[in-house]
Amino acid sequence: MSLKRAQELPDAGIITEAGNAVDFKTGDWRTYVPQFHEENCIHCMFCWIYCPDSAIDVDTSGDKPQMKGILLDHCKGCGICATECPPAAKGKAALVMVREEK
Amino acid sequence: MTRTVNQELTALSGNEAVAYAFKQARPHVASAFPITPQTEMMHKFADFVANGESSAEMILVESEHSAMSAAVGSAASGARTITATSSAGFALMWEIVYIAASLRLPIQMALVNRALSGNINIHCDHSDSMGGRDAGWIHHFCENAQEAYDAGLINFRIGEHMDVRLPAMVNYDGFIISHKEDALYMLDDEAAYDFVGPYKHKYTLLDPANPVTVGPLDLTDYYFEHKYSQLEAYPRVFDVAQEVFDEYADLTGRRYGFYEEYKLDDADLVMVILGSSAGTAKDVVDEYREKGVKIGLLKLRMFRPFPADQLKSVLSGRQAIAVLDRSASFGGWGGPVFTEIRSALYGTADQAPLHNWIYGLGGRDFELGHAAEVIDALQKIASGGEVPTLNLLGCRA
Repeated sequence: MSLKRAQELPDAGIITEAGNAVDFKTGDWRTYVPQFHEENCIHCMFCWIYCPDSAIDVDTSGDKPQMKGILLDHCKGCGICATECPPAAKGKAALVMVREEK
Repeated sequence: MTRTVNQELTALSGNEAVAYAFKQARPHVASAFPITPQTEMMHKFADFVANGESSAEMILVESEHSAMSAAVGSAASGARTITATSSAGFALMWEIVYIAASLRLPIQMALVNRALSGNINIHCDHSDSMGGRDAGWIHHFCENAQEAYDAGLINFRIGEHMDVRLPAMVNYDGFIISHKEDALYMLDDEAAYDFVGPYKHKYTLLDPANPVTVGPLDLTDYYFEHKYSQLEAYPRVFDVAQEVFDEYADLTGRRYGFYEEYKLDDADLVMVILGSSAGTAKDVVDEYREKGVKIGLLKLRMFRPFPADQLKSVLSGRQAIAVLDRSASFGGWGGPVFTEIRSALYGTADQAPLHNWIYGLGGRDFELGHAAEVIDALQKIASGGEVPTLNLLGCRA
């Protein structure tokens, strides 16, 4: 994203475009990353509700929303999704935090 | 001078006069917390709300920090908003005082000048206002209730102008102006509101069709650019203010400027002063004029933005200048008005010697003899005598 000059900006740092969080990529803040184990997922959408950003990728085309995975451009690795993910299927959670290594 | 509207001569305290000005501007929201000597101002305004003369939403908050926070929220939502405080109340507002200016919200405030603690003191000096001089507000200083009333109205027009969009405060001396019953001319409600005009917002939080985010996190990539656009607003205040002063003069016959010149045209010696003390000093200037001393007075009315260019030209070609400060800058070199004026004049071709007198701290009376002491010193400086650059006036030391 190229940075604008002062004269191109609205006064006072006011943001006049709605829904622009998608342009602000925060994925590189991450130390831990949620691993998605699809076989354990019951698509309860807890992760989507609790995610403080917009990092949960959901398919809403069918009757029920389907969890597809993590959008890594926006996931800061806070781990809230993994904390909230219920180990409903076979006693195992679908989201597990692991240290992200190169 | 033309006077195009009828004005009634009234007797009011400065606090009451400003409460009337604020009421006449028909604010949508008022938020305040009581503090001496401001309390009476909001008390009077609350009367207007209680008896139906003002339809403002009166928010009674639990501290001045909350008063200014409520004002910021209100102004960001697109409402004409007023508040008032003094001294420690202003100090407690500090964090949000900056935010109001940074967000370019034209909140109007009465700052009834009172000394800062400690020790605790309820009387007038300008340390409260001067402490906030870099926060980004427009600072208007007044000599009497008439000026406080007029500045109360004028500030709406300047601050809310689309080229400006800055909060503004009317400063008037605690007790000396705020509580003294004074004679003044007032516009009737209709004429005053015609002058101020209906409120227009630039952005509002209450328009779902045009959603905005106000006060976002602003880091190394954009904060500086946003400060640039704020810095750019202050020079524009002068043009806007001049237009408003002119219009107000046509309307009322009372002409204001960034400063008032008193017997200054041919003056070799100049006293610069703010607020109510100017009235006392003018009497002494008259006395010395009768004795043939070419002394004049410059009463600074607008301290922020600081009219440096205008002062440079009006203070040029003098023999000696005294700047009187009703506040001290602890650890600084001279009072705030002095350092500002000296800095503005530095490097001008015929710069006169500038000396500073700090006076009236904690409400110590500014007496006729104090003004005389300064004029005597100016005469000494002009004739080559030695006078210290920094002085205290009226302190037993």
